[in-house]
Amino acid sequence: MRQKAHELLSSGAVGAVLAWEKGELPYDTSPAVFRDAEALDKMVYNGFCGSNLSKYLIEQGKQDEKVLVFLKPCDTYSLNQLLSENRVAREKLHIIGIGCKGKLDVEKLRTQGIKGITGIEENETLKIQTLYGDHELPREDVLLEKCLSCKGKDHKVYDELIGEDLSADTEQGDKYAKVAELEGQTPAERFAFWRGELSKCIRCNACRNTCPSCTCLKCVFDNAHSGVAAKVNATEFEENMFHIIRAFHVAGRCSDCGECSRVCPQGIPIHLLNRKFIKDISGFYGEFQAGETAELNSPLLCYDLEDAEPNIISKREGDN
Amino acid sequence: MLVCWCGSNIAGTVDINTVVEASKREPGVVYATDYQYMCAEGGQAMVRRAIEEHSLTGIVVSACSPRMHETTFRKAAAAAGLNPYMVEIANIREHCSWVHKDKEVGTEKAVVLMRAAIAKLNLNTPLFPGESGVIKRALVIGGGIAGIQTALDIADAGYEVDIVEKSPTIGGTMAQLDKTFPTLDCAACILTPKMVDAAQHDKITLYTYSEVDEVSGFVGNFSVKIRQKARCINSKLCNGCGDCIEKCPAKKAKSEFDEGLANRKAIYVPFAQAVPNVPVIDQTQCLKFKTGKCGLCEKVCLPKAINFEQQDEIIEKEYGVIIAATGFRPLSPERYGEYGYGQLPDVITSLEFERLMNAAGPTGGALLRRSNGEKPKSIVFIQCVGSRAEPDKGKSYCSKICCMYTAKHAMLVRDKYPNIDVSVFYIDVRTPGKNFDEFYRRAVEQYGVNYIKGMVGKIAEEDGRLRVQGSDLIEDTQIFVDADLVVLATAVEAQASARPLGTMLTASMDQNNFFSESHAKLRPVESPTAGIFLSGVCQGPKDIPETVAQAGAAAVKALGILSKDKLIGNPCIAGPDELLCNGCASCEKVCPYGAITYADKEINDHGHRTTRHVAEINEAICQGCGACTVTCPSGAMDLKGFTNRQIMAEVDAICR
Ligand SMILES: Cc1cc2nc3c(=O)[nH]c(=O)nc-3n(C[C@H](O)[C@H](O)[C@H](O)COP(=O)(O)OP(=O)(O)OC[C@H]3O[C@@H](n4cnc5c(N)ncnc54)[C@H](O)[C@@H]3O)c2cc1C
Ligand code: SF4
Ligand code: SF4
Ligand code: SF4
Ligand code: SF4
Repeated sequence: MRQKAHELLSSGAVGAVLAWEKGELPYDTSPAVFRDAEALDKMVYNGFCGSNLSKYLIEQGKQDEKVLVFLKPCDTYSLNQLLSENRVAREKLHIIGIGCKGKLDVEKLRTQGIKGITGIEENETLKIQTLYGDHELPREDVLLEKCLSCKGKDHKVYDELIGEDLSADTEQGDKYAKVAELEGQTPAERFAFWRGELSKCIRCNACRNTCPSCTCLKCVFDNAHSGVAAKVNATEFEENMFHIIRAFHVAGRCSDCGECSRVCPQGIPIHLLNRKFIKDISGFYGEFQAGETAELNSPLLCYDLEDAEPNIISKREGDN
Repeated sequence: MLVCWCGSNIAGTVDINTVVEASKREPGVVYATDYQYMCAEGGQAMVRRAIEEHSLTGIVVSACSPRMHETTFRKAAAAAGLNPYMVEIANIREHCSWVHKDKEVGTEKAVVLMRAAIAKLNLNTPLFPGESGVIKRALVIGGGIAGIQTALDIADAGYEVDIVEKSPTIGGTMAQLDKTFPTLDCAACILTPKMVDAAQHDKITLYTYSEVDEVSGFVGNFSVKIRQKARCINSKLCNGCGDCIEKCPAKKAKSEFDEGLANRKAIYVPFAQAVPNVPVIDQTQCLKFKTGKCGLCEKVCLPKAINFEQQDEIIEKEYGVIIAATGFRPLSPERYGEYGYGQLPDVITSLEFERLMNAAGPTGGALLRRSNGEKPKSIVFIQCVGSRAEPDKGKSYCSKICCMYTAKHAMLVRDKYPNIDVSVFYIDVRTPGKNFDEFYRRAVEQYGVNYIKGMVGKIAEEDGRLRVQGSDLIEDTQIFVDADLVVLATAVEAQASARPLGTMLTASMDQNNFFSESHAKLRPVESPTAGIFLSGVCQGPKDIPETVAQAGAAAVKALGILSKDKLIGNPCIAGPDELLCNGCASCEKVCPYGAITYADKEINDHGHRTTRHVAEINEAICQGCGACTVTCPSGAMDLKGFTNRQIMAEVDAICR
């Protein structure tokens, strides 16, 4: 990856490289823009590069130059969604598809009691050196939530693919299991569940800011004239509305990249709201995956003579 | 604030004085009063006087539904020099007095709705409508008696009309009937001249064997794609001689026109008087299509009209109005195991019975049993098959025509074959039409038809006859009637294609897939969608006289638009805030009228200049449906007269 980046930067084929950069600690990585070939030794790609780089292309794509970006298979869905909404111009991108074996969740390591990490060796099993001794554990045990329902190894949009083993070999879990569990609850139980979760929110906006579907030039929650912004700050309950409104805004556009829940400092499973929409949309209108192609084809934006009639399908849960 | 009593309609359940007094405490209200009938001339005069005397900049009328009188009060406001869009209606009749019994509850809700209307009005701005032209041509979808009549009436008034009919001929169900109640004249004798009139009228164009594929546009300016299915015949060359049909060796297809009681060839004309008299090749039956061999028809056709290569053709045309006249189908009684339809050959439907009695039908008009070709000695008719049923058993409604046509069938049998015993099982006999009850009584009194009040539980075959087990509710006993033929009066059901067509036309449908009228009493032939009209059974079950009357009414309503040069538009249209637009194109996708396009524009965002891809509205095309405004995530798209802020203000006022 470094070699490719070096080549393209030095030849002037691209003006910037969007990738991940090493942090201070071994599990610390962050998205970064490299403009200088010399700085590329800071670039890194490992099990902790879970963050999705697609959204950064909105800002990067505004320059008068081409950008090289590295995308994991799942990140390409988000990029397609951005392309479909004219948020990024395809011709400004050079996309290199890279493989992924499932990304790791440092929180899960911590809950296993692993602290003071000084080094990590990634293989089938993870060898972790810490200040207090070494650990060994299977990769599957500490995968990110989003990797448990991996969309597969195919890149949906790219200019070239590199790396020998491109396969993502994480297990395909039932991504709707938790949604189905919530659906099975009574409305009162479900309300209590969401009140409990959403009340933890500190409105840091990390979920919205990282969301590759939340790309409005001016978000309604930042717009004093929208009539919505002030309301969601007014009372403790209306604060919860932020999440409900956001879920509606990204319905049919959310590719289920899982970034919202990954970045939430409060550990709120926000992705479940979006998955509920994904499940319903797929149920009503046929299997749909946002970002499968770069076409603007969400069932919520199209109509078809075979479409389910709202008055026929809208039996409320809890009615039965 | 003008509060209407609607006589005792509102005043009975809403305390008018409370509403008036409460309104005086709302921001912006400078004058509040009430009147018994605000829509009457006296009330309207009061509205005008109030505006003038108090220099009002807006009014709220708390009265009935805006669908009832919004236009009335807008006109009154305009007459007093107020912009008509500075009028808001609070519906305190349908939403309060009609749904609440408790006066306290009704009053409380009326106050809340009144407050919401004031909150909205405070954000209203004067609006000015534009104009659009009218394409002077009508489209009629469905060529049954309803479609034919509507088309003839419009054409006679001097406007062009196209009929799109999905089957190879116009005529619809009426063409299949034998005699018609209440006068017993022959259906063909009164229908076929009208079919010919339609075909020969210089203002009418027939597209038979055709369907509507796509509809876009709006009242005055619809664009329609018509799919003319491949007949495999060049209609211009065909002279209707029928030599091709004579020679065709594939004769196993079931005749649709004879309800499957007779066979037809692969190349066929549905019936002798079909219009147009041009055959169709049924590609699923034709040997040339199935095996590649044959082509006999092509060989015998002198004018060389046969063309196996013919493809479906898409015709694109524009219309000012569209009339739905897609009629119905009788419900298939196969699902009712108790009658044995489909298993017992002597159990038939009423429409099949019409074909058996018809001189041009499969038996040449001789009433014969399907099982052995013998004359029946006893016939049982069963009414309400699938009608007036529990929701999971059939249609909840009365099909309206079956009582009458069953009386007709019974009478025709007794008239032609006085030796045949005829019994009719019924729930009630419903005959509310001119000369209808007299007609039914003739069947009972003069023709000796045995009417049994009760339903049939089972039909079983016994010794080559049918044993009909039913209840006699008047005698309160179980009875058995032996019959040689049983005729089921099956429910009228909407066409399967009606709902998808309704979706295409953005016309609303009722729960039974009949087209909904705009107002059950006052606008019975208009769809709520402007420019779409309803003719015949597609709107609900009815007989021929009623169908023809409605067909004429639909024509008059359609002519009301066709005769205008300009239509006043709706100023409540959408527009984007370019500073907020992301250029995502979602709104373009959802707009059902194609009113939205995109342009690269230089945007000055507080001194920061950039070129952005932003949405643009074609104001002449936008119909103000609001689909785009709810799709736009950033709230850039807004609808005049119903802005996001106005709606939020209403919600706030309600929740206050
Ligand atoms: C057994 C029976 C006996 C009856 N006897 C009498 C009687 O004696 N007296 C009486 O007054 N009434 C009688 N009726 C009622 C009468 O048949 C109807 O009132 C009449 O046919 C209604 O006409 P219509 O044009 O609305 O519908 P239809 O006759 O059903 O015509 C509709 C036409 O639209 C076409 N169509 C449907 N969908 C589409 C589409 N998507 N695109 C294009 N074309 C389409 C159909 O092919 C058809 O040609 C009887 C009905 C039945 C079933
Ligand atoms: S929350 Fe809604 S308005 Fe805000 S950025 Fe996301 S989609 Fe846009
Ligand atoms: S990231 Fe978590 S805490 Fe922050 S706004 Fe989103 S849900 Fe709330
Ligand atoms: S939906 Fe909104 S943001 Fe998207 S193009 Fe339309 S007006 Fe612009
Ligand atoms: S309101 Fe919006 S969606 Fe509706 S017609 Fe106008 S532009 Fe189209």
